[in-house]
Amino acid sequence: MGIVARLASGAVALCAVGGATFWFLTAPVRLEPEELAGLGTGDAAKGERIFWAGGCASCHARPNAEGDAKLELAGGLELKTPFGTFVAPNISQDENDGIGAWSAEDFANAVIRGVSPSGQHLYPAFPYTSYARMKPADVADLYVFMKTLPAVSGKTPDHSLSFPFNIRRGVGLWKRLYLTTEPVVTLDEAAPEPAMLGRYLVEGPGHCGECHTPREFSGAARASQWLAGATAAEGDGIVPNITSGEGGIGGWSEDDIANYLETGFTPDYDSVGGSMVEVQKNMARLTAEDRAAIAAYLKAVPPHPNGFPPRKTQQAVTE
Amino acid sequence: MRKLVLAVSMLAFASSAVMADPIAQRQAIMKANGKALKSIAAIAKGEKPFDAEFVLAALKTLNEEAQQIDVAALFPQGSETGGDTTASPKIWKDMPGFQKAVDKFKADTAAAVAAAPADVGALKAEFGKVSQNCGSCHESFRLKKG
Repeated sequence: MGIVARLASGAVALCAVGGATFWFLTAPVRLEPEELAGLGTGDAAKGERIFWAGGCASCHARPNAEGDAKLELAGGLELKTPFGTFVAPNISQDENDGIGAWSAEDFANAVIRGVSPSGQHLYPAFPYTSYARMKPADVADLYVFMKTLPAVSGKTPDHSLSFPFNIRRGVGLWKRLYLTTEPVVTLDEAAPEPAMLGRYLVEGPGHCGECHTPREFSGAARASQWLAGATAAEGDGIVPNITSGEGGIGGWSEDDIANYLETGFTPDYDSVGGSMVEVQKNMARLTAEDRAAIAAYLKAVPPHPNGFPPRKTQQAVTE
Repeated sequence: MRKLVLAVSMLAFASSAVMADPIAQRQAIMKANGKALKSIAAIAKGEKPFDAEFVLAALKTLNEEAQQIDVAALFPQGSETGGDTTASPKIWKDMPGFQKAVDKFKADTAAAVAAAPADVGALKAEFGKVSQNCGSCHESFRLKKG
């Protein structure tokens, strides 16, 4: 065998090994039987709380839906990000266009593992990186609640992503690096009950860190700046720092935070704005205890200065 | 006559000086709105005793401030950036939509004054109608900046 042929066969073998490694490393990982056992039978009334805490309707209802129309999860909202445009899919109970045919196991694999019933990776625009921290029983409750919602026909358009983000299998590598069920913030064993509940709501279903935490180039949340605020993923502007660090909400009391989540007003009676408007409406549907828990947790997280750059002074530019 | 001309031109100058900084002016109105709302928020929540006179005065202040929001004068071309404005570029991309939102706010504050709430229940209803304008307008037309 000549040197060229040997080199060529070596290259082919390497590619095969590389390909096999890629295939192995990127394989979707479903929930284990013991995790699925934790699902239980589900309770629709409890699931409604998780539905609002999770903000499902904010992306999956039709854009600008109000009132009961928020329960028609036809999808269609576009998220325009640096990776491309994601389109929130139909997750109504329609058997063909939505998720009406999914089992509770299918649903749990999608929500906490980001794996579709056909075994494909879902993109983390669907915030399963946060939902991974949810209790399986809560996911089962959510499943049963969503079963009570209407079926709406109509498939949504596909995502439109640029290379290499359009290769779904690649999401597997990303998950290996970033998907964890562990809490972000370590709380003292003796931490009060509300802070522990708040951690669950914020880091899990509430997925607050998805917008309020700066991201690495890879798109992963930067744990060292957890909730420090970030440049908005879509368009201009920033998402505020909600830690007690400089530029954050250290001046707010727990009551101030809970009141903001309930009414949409800051302590100075400035109002909620941007995409937080929808989130705040969801938070207003939770119980006062849940809002107080979120407040207790936010006061307990490590303080960080703003996770976004200070704005350029426009006057300095124009004058 | 000369004095009158001088006075008129001074006046014109004074008003143009005010208009020269629409960003500061619209921000002052927003701050005043927040202050007026805050003064009756605890009453609307039932945390402070109801006081019809006080409530009506606050609603009147709010309405007077709201009626001053002249979209053309306060959001002219050229005031998209500058100062520490957090006005969203969407205002200038969708002037009719913004005007409609402002008009609704003005109508709701005027209606709240006309309603002259006589008890906490009535205030709650008016407060709710008025204050939901804040979030719905800021959802599209304000942009948080660093």
